[in-house]
Amino acid sequence: MKILVLISNVPDTTTKIRFVDNNKAFDTSGVQWIINPWDELALTRAVELKEAGGVETITVANVGESITEPTLRKALAVGADDAIRIDTTPKDAFYVASQLAQIAKDFDVIMVGIEASDYNGSAVGGMLAELLNFNSVSAVSGMNIENGQLSLTREIDGGQQKISVKTPVVTIVQKGIAIDPRIPAMRGIMMARKKPLTVLPAVEAGEKTSYVNFELPPPKAACKMVDEDNVKELVRLLQEEAKAF
Amino acid sequence: MSILVYTENWDGKFKKLSFELVSYAKALANELSTTVTVLSIGKVADEELKKLGNYGASKILNVADARFDSLDNKALALAVANAAKSEGSKAVVFAHNNLGKAIAPRVSVKLKGGMVTGVTALPENVDPFVVKKKVFTGKAFANIQIHADIKILTLAQNSFELIETDNKAVIESFDAGVSDDVFSTTVNETNKVTGKVLLTDAEIVVSGGRGFKGPENWGILEELADVLGAGMACSRPVSDEGWRGHEEHVGQTGKIIAPNLYFAFGISGAIQHLGGVNSSKIIVAVNKDAEAPIFEAADYGIVGDLFKVIPQLTEEIKTIKS
Amino acid sequence: MNFEFTEEQLMIKQAAKDYAERELIQDVLERDAKAEFPTRHIKNLAELGFMGMMVDPKYDGSGMDTVSYVLAMEELSKIDSSTSVIISVNNSLVCYGLQKFGTEAQKEKYLKPLARGEHIGAFLLSEPEAGSDAMHQHTRAEDMGDHYLLNGTKNWITSGNSATTYIVMAQTYPDKGYRGINAFIVERNSPGITLGPHEDKMGMRSSDTHSVMFSDVKVPKENKIGEDGFGYKFAMKALEAGRIGIASQALGIASGAFERALAYSKERKAFGTEIANHQAIAFKLADMAVKIENARNLCLKAAWLKDHNKPFAFESAMAKLYASDIAMEVTTEAVQIHGGYGYVKEYHVERLMREAKLTQIYEGTSEVQKIVISRSLLRE
Repeated sequence: MKILVLISNVPDTTTKIRFVDNNKAFDTSGVQWIINPWDELALTRAVELKEAGGVETITVANVGESITEPTLRKALAVGADDAIRIDTTPKDAFYVASQLAQIAKDFDVIMVGIEASDYNGSAVGGMLAELLNFNSVSAVSGMNIENGQLSLTREIDGGQQKISVKTPVVTIVQKGIAIDPRIPAMRGIMMARKKPLTVLPAVEAGEKTSYVNFELPPPKAACKMVDEDNVKELVRLLQEEAKAF
Repeated sequence: MSILVYTENWDGKFKKLSFELVSYAKALANELSTTVTVLSIGKVADEELKKLGNYGASKILNVADARFDSLDNKALALAVANAAKSEGSKAVVFAHNNLGKAIAPRVSVKLKGGMVTGVTALPENVDPFVVKKKVFTGKAFANIQIHADIKILTLAQNSFELIETDNKAVIESFDAGVSDDVFSTTVNETNKVTGKVLLTDAEIVVSGGRGFKGPENWGILEELADVLGAGMACSRPVSDEGWRGHEEHVGQTGKIIAPNLYFAFGISGAIQHLGGVNSSKIIVAVNKDAEAPIFEAADYGIVGDLFKVIPQLTEEIKTIKS
Repeated sequence: MNFEFTEEQLMIKQAAKDYAERELIQDVLERDAKAEFPTRHIKNLAELGFMGMMVDPKYDGSGMDTVSYVLAMEELSKIDSSTSVIISVNNSLVCYGLQKFGTEAQKEKYLKPLARGEHIGAFLLSEPEAGSDAMHQHTRAEDMGDHYLLNGTKNWITSGNSATTYIVMAQTYPDKGYRGINAFIVERNSPGITLGPHEDKMGMRSSDTHSVMFSDVKVPKENKIGEDGFGYKFAMKALEAGRIGIASQALGIASGAFERALAYSKERKAFGTEIANHQAIAFKLADMAVKIENARNLCLKAAWLKDHNKPFAFESAMAKLYASDIAMEVTTEAVQIHGGYGYVKEYHVERLMREAKLTQIYEGTSEVQKIVISRSLLRE
């Protein structure tokens, strides 16, 4: 079984979010880039499955410019066997999925995080599956290989299902797929540079959406106080104003 | 030319979320001078289907086909796309939940549409078509223009008000045109959550501190958690004292959580505690001490006795849930 | 000059930070309170390659440079110096000494399991009457023809009980003074070794410190390191490298305390504003940051020199002296900034302050570092 893990290069989760160019672009100055946390969990599970036997190779891929290579090398250090970078600026989910479609068709299982912590699109996995005419399973929180068959756990509203699905398949994974992201061992870190990292040119693909501009949320308002004897009002506020349930 | 809404059902019933979707689609349809068609897949009684009309659906396409119960993403996407084609839909709206997120991207490719996921409001403009969504895990908003003719949207939960209309919907049975060979998902086992909610996965978390005075007083909080479907948490002193298990300790040295809604009962809100919970979307604090630092971090607060407040809260929530 | 780190160095720093923030933090307070050895963490860190960081991969080490080691030690020590001192002793005293001066057979038998982290090493130099005065060893290693016989007592031995491999300095030829000292590899479970009680320490309480008594302990001839009488020089060379480890540890203690103080001062309010907005606190923070940056640069320079096979004894002594002194100053200020909270264990800074104190004492007190530095100055 060959696994492809899609890797997004995103700002560290503690990054202060700022915009430049009249709020038209994200301010990347001083940003530390990391593997998208959900993709990192996907990779961790792939490595665990490989260690348990039953996985031939793990390939990681991303669409981005050369500044994303450290992120791919981190993935190699964690345990991927080789990496592919498609050399272009990601424009939108469809554009990214179209790029990945050129390389993804040769894999049995494609793993991608349920969203990326930057633009929170949740779209590339499903689009890629459709472009390849593969099936897809979303909200996957468990993955096992039993006698060469893929068995998955997916989250459904109010519960979980254990399912089996034919390969090739795109699995869109979420929290639970692995407990903690794997910390690379030094041996892996040293080997990362020796593993192949292939750079491919981009293919033509339209872009269907574009960012007009960004806004920051209004600053946090003062705590709204409710009287002890008016719990009803608190519930009303939570429901109607905060839309908390 | 209509706007198509896909809504799932839960054992033959719709939820508030379904009606939100239809309300949103209706408002969008008004801007685009068209009507709303809802696609329902799975067994739902006509009485239930008709409810969708109350929020603005003119037509309901009903696919009472049990093959879709496996939630095969490829098959579902094909069914939605076929419905959209048959209706000539210019926009398709999904919920931004597990199933919506799974299918919408596939449908967008099939229809060569442009997609924005997790939209939080009606489009600012329909020509050009610009919608708003949250990005950077809620730290910012983006306005996104869709260039394609067909717009695919997933609507963030709780971002649109229900709007009732006096509309009546026509129900038509619809042949989704999906052959057997498309389905490749087999469900082996379904487990609905009946026990505890996992703390780190919980959308709502109720948390207790020293204010509970002892290990014997947590029944009221457990009951509230039950009613809310919430995870249970506690502050460090509580787990140190052994009133609750260490697995419930949230804070800098314990678990770090980011639910939609966090209730802090009898927790003063030391910085160490806040470090573990300040990513929560909404924080509600109940504390006897009006000076407690938790109120600085909270969005809503009650200065009062948790032993009085919690049972009332449980009752109120039971009322709105029923 | 180049102040950029390589991608690998940054990955190692991140790996250490992730492990510390995810794992060490979980039970660091409990282990400190109970003086409990971090068995689980040492095993995990060994798997990640931290126990033999700078050992050549052909001896099962990670083959990293000393700059990476400084970065890793700082990150681990921000959270837990009990764990980092076990790593420091293993890496920069024991593994370094064996790799540099051991025979092939010694490396094969002893270095490899130490580098893999399956064994833990201890460095036995201090004695009850001579802590830093390494020239006067009372422990005797009598040459019995086909083996040596060890008698005497060593004090303040880090990992005294948990270690499997000891490196022991002992006097073979008392009439030759320090030129009669030898260094030996001694297996912990050799007959005749007894331990004193676990020392009840002020800080670094989760590392086990013992006195070790040798009573007619037989040591095979092939376990002597280097030529006859090489022991003193061996110990001094190992300590030169060891100082980089302890200096980086002190640096980590200081920067860990500083980060906590900085975060606290931006959240805690007094007189209507965050205390960081009061100049009294802001200036403290500025002073702390400058000291930490200086200490970091000293550590990295010593590491760079070592990596480039240049003499580094002078720089590593300066790094150790300065970093440990400022660790004491910075942690004291961090407690002060925290006010009452700082004196409470939950906030970690009081523990960091207790840990800082030891860095001024072990592997050569601050006074000994000044001897090393001043002698080096006066020689020139």
